[in-house]
Amino acid sequence: GVGLAGMAQGAAAQETLEPNTWEEITSYNNFYEFGTGKDDPAKYAGALTTEPWSVKIDGLVDNPGDYDFKDIMSEMTVEERIYRFRCVEAWSMVIPWNGFELADLLNMAGVQEGAKFVAFETALIPDEMPGVRYPILEWPYREGLRLDEAMHPLTIMATGIYDRPIPNQNGAPLRLVVPWKYGFKSIKSIVRITVTDVEPPTSWNMSNPREYGFYSNVNPNVNHPRWSQASEREIGGGLFAKRIPTLMFNGYEKEVAGLYEGMDLSQYY
Amino acid sequence: MQQMNQILRRIPVWAVYLIGALPAPWLFYQGLTGGLGVNPIEALEHRYGELALQLLIGVLALSPLRRFLGLNLLKFRRALGVLTFTYVTLHLLVWLVLDVQVPSQIWADIVKRPYITVGMAAFALMLPLAVTSNNLSVRKLGPRWRSLQRLVFPAAILGGLHYVILAKGFQVEPLVYLSAIVVLLMLRMPISGVLTRTRQADST
Repeated sequence: GVGLAGMAQGAAAQETLEPNTWEEITSYNNFYEFGTGKDDPAKYAGALTTEPWSVKIDGLVDNPGDYDFKDIMSEMTVEERIYRFRCVEAWSMVIPWNGFELADLLNMAGVQEGAKFVAFETALIPDEMPGVRYPILEWPYREGLRLDEAMHPLTIMATGIYDRPIPNQNGAPLRLVVPWKYGFKSIKSIVRITVTDVEPPTSWNMSNPREYGFYSNVNPNVNHPRWSQASEREIGGGLFAKRIPTLMFNGYEKEVAGLYEGMDLSQYY
Repeated sequence: MQQMNQILRRIPVWAVYLIGALPAPWLFYQGLTGGLGVNPIEALEHRYGELALQLLIGVLALSPLRRFLGLNLLKFRRALGVLTFTYVTLHLLVWLVLDVQVPSQIWADIVKRPYITVGMAAFALMLPLAVTSNNLSVRKLGPRWRSLQRLVFPAAILGGLHYVILAKGFQVEPLVYLSAIVVLLMLRMPISGVLTRTRQADST
């Protein structure tokens, strides 16, 4: 695991990050359940009913069941995490999330012996999600992590931004945030978490395995087949924004490189 | 339709040029001042590209409109063609100068990324059309000018394809554009010529 030293480095790295504005973070989103335009989620996600909300936790856990969002929140310690956010489309932001470590939630459910992966599912509510009328992806949206990735202290469930409840377009009421992976891994508006012993299917990988791997770690040396991942554009720089180099594991190499020791990252992309 | 054609005949071509050109500086200004959202480079690139496709569909619609509906807009064909090329060029310039920025990466992208290869091929096919869209060229090239202008057909297919293969996931809008282009081209094929002749025969 990551000890105090690792966390201190993480904290030090945070100090230099200048967060994007609320407006930037909440007006430019990918949430295809509400449409494929970047402004569609801000326009249409207001229709999503997020209260009441419950999350089914099942699979290889001691305490499976439907957990009410409010009950989860009463058990968890929410803290601020200022993370880089790197989209697979080669743009990036810095977001001041509020949330709790996924490990705490999984420990509450009690992960059983033999568990190796964690699968996640986004809500699928056709009446409130105009985008799911189209077969852009196979709905519901699905994502997954290896158990050690899920238990890593950098991996959080975000419930807020700038100390305000997370807006629907950003994945209300709770979403995953895995800062060293491309943004699409950080699945939004989660209704189900399944602990399992097999690698779960994930939406973008199902749709196009050549372009989107299960791991999808930010990696400037492994290009997307249709564009380079070597650099990125920071949101907020205006019409003449310069591209900046993309960092290995999105700048979290010290903290997470150990998870992938001995793996060929161009094969497990 | 006759009346409609008479009204259309009174619209000066320069008005079409003017109205068609206005979105270019307007969108750039919007990009500068925040009107295109928080990623104005991407937005401007996409808006210019979409306008180019829309104008291109307009150009391709002119012949079928006349043939099947008797609506005569051929007077504006050159204006729409030149405007199409203008927006394709602006789209390309935003990509080169504002988006990719790194000159060494531009060539790599053109060679390695199919949607860019296809887009660049469409631009290359449109270049000779743009260069010869003047009266002097029409006179000098004679009948060859007409054959040369047919390059717009493959260019249009490649332009529509460019949009379809850059989209993530299975998206509807790019397919609508490509279908429109394919249908408009099919309306020019011999079978439609047969239909027209049949219709003309009927009416005599």
